[in-house]
Amino acid sequence: MGIVSRGFGGHRRTGGEKLPPGQYLVTGFPVLSAGPTPRIKLDSWELKIRTETGESRSWDWAAFRALPHEDITVDLHCVTKWSKFGTAWQGVSLDTLLTGVETTAQFALARSYGGYTTNLPLADLLHGQAWIAYSYDSADLDPEHGGPARLLVPHLYLWKSAKWVQGIDLRRDDEPGFWESLGYHNYGDPWREQRYWGD
Amino acid sequence: MARAAVLGRLTWQVGTVAGVRDETPTARTIMLDVPGWPGHQAGQHVDVRLTAADGYSTQRSYSIASAPGSTSLELTVQRLPDGEVSPYLAEVLAPGDPLELRGPIGGWFVWDPENAEPVLLVAGGSGVVPLMAMIRTRAMSGSQAPFRLVYSVRAPDTALYAGELADRARSDAGLDVTYVYTRSAPPGWPAPAGRINTDILTAGQPAQPGQAVFVCGPTGFVEAAADLLVDAGQEPRTIKTERFGPSGGQT
Repeated sequence: MGIVSRGFGGHRRTGGEKLPPGQYLVTGFPVLSAGPTPRIKLDSWELKIRTETGESRSWDWAAFRALPHEDITVDLHCVTKWSKFGTAWQGVSLDTLLTGVETTAQFALARSYGGYTTNLPLADLLHGQAWIAYSYDSADLDPEHGGPARLLVPHLYLWKSAKWVQGIDLRRDDEPGFWESLGYHNYGDPWREQRYWGD
Repeated sequence: MARAAVLGRLTWQVGTVAGVRDETPTARTIMLDVPGWPGHQAGQHVDVRLTAADGYSTQRSYSIASAPGSTSLELTVQRLPDGEVSPYLAEVLAPGDPLELRGPIGGWFVWDPENAEPVLLVAGGSGVVPLMAMIRTRAMSGSQAPFRLVYSVRAPDTALYAGELADRARSDAGLDVTYVYTRSAPPGWPAPAGRINTDILTAGQPAQPGQAVFVCGPTGFVEAAADLLVDAGQEPRTIKTERFGPSGGQT
């Protein structure tokens, strides 16, 4: 326990056991981005998955939206300390997108329109843990929240859920992404409070 | 190299409040003595942790307002009406009190005084805090980089650092400060109150080659300012943003 802050009571907004350490609950949906929101036209949008051998597969918007999708209700945890419970999305599971891909890669690097990147173990994208989401709260995903489509990996801090996702590279080696190169934790598990390097 | 400041593990440190300074009726600056502070870059922030007597604790992030090398580490806190942490920091915390923090954090939204290229700072409300650290760092380092601050506030009495900014702009030809009043402008102000626009952001000039832009404020403000700048020809990759939502990072 830290030192007691004289005269501090706190609000203790109820998060209970669903709230990871150091987080507090919000009802809004804050936006955090490192630069301007990129302008993405659906008619030139493409999602591409590349393997470590250079094989690739890609989808245009129509092909992507024709894939089987899932309704997803998950809690979000941002490294800037806010958490939001019960967010409702629609998206395509990475299990679907990666079906039949031949790879021995251990790592993935997500790339976004606008140049953002984030890295994570490939295993964290599989087995119902990750989606490419295109709808939030029954509406098209707002550009400021990552529309037209973003990665959604809710078991890690939200910076891993790359907005404006353009592609995923499967890699033999682990390449640190944007925030991971700037002091933020390489893995980012909210339950172990892995916010920064060394946490 | 400056990145070294974030290389090690960020452990919790205990600072002591050396003093407080009211900035507006709802914001104040907390001056902290932090033994062994590793130094920081202008634009970085710290995490602050408060702990109640029964062990309940909560954390928030606050931008650093002071230049690296200043005698104390300064945080300016805007009190939010239903905030959990900001009212404590802005009203209860007193000189002599300890405050737990860790940092500095963030290696992106930073200005390096070695960089001589022109800088446009765009602030909405309390988003001016990390930009003030850049202005102070520029002055302290003797940098000649041309700086322009466009500062959007609701009304004159909500502007942070108004006196210091006026003094600095008066005595330094390399620093220009332009206010935008969104609700009420001061008497005699040449323009009606209104939102930020392209002419104000660009001063009617084409984007300066090499100009770096830092935009900080509420989400809607940052989205609007960044969009206007991109429309005006500013390369998106040169625009660094930091945003806080209405229920976001800084309560």
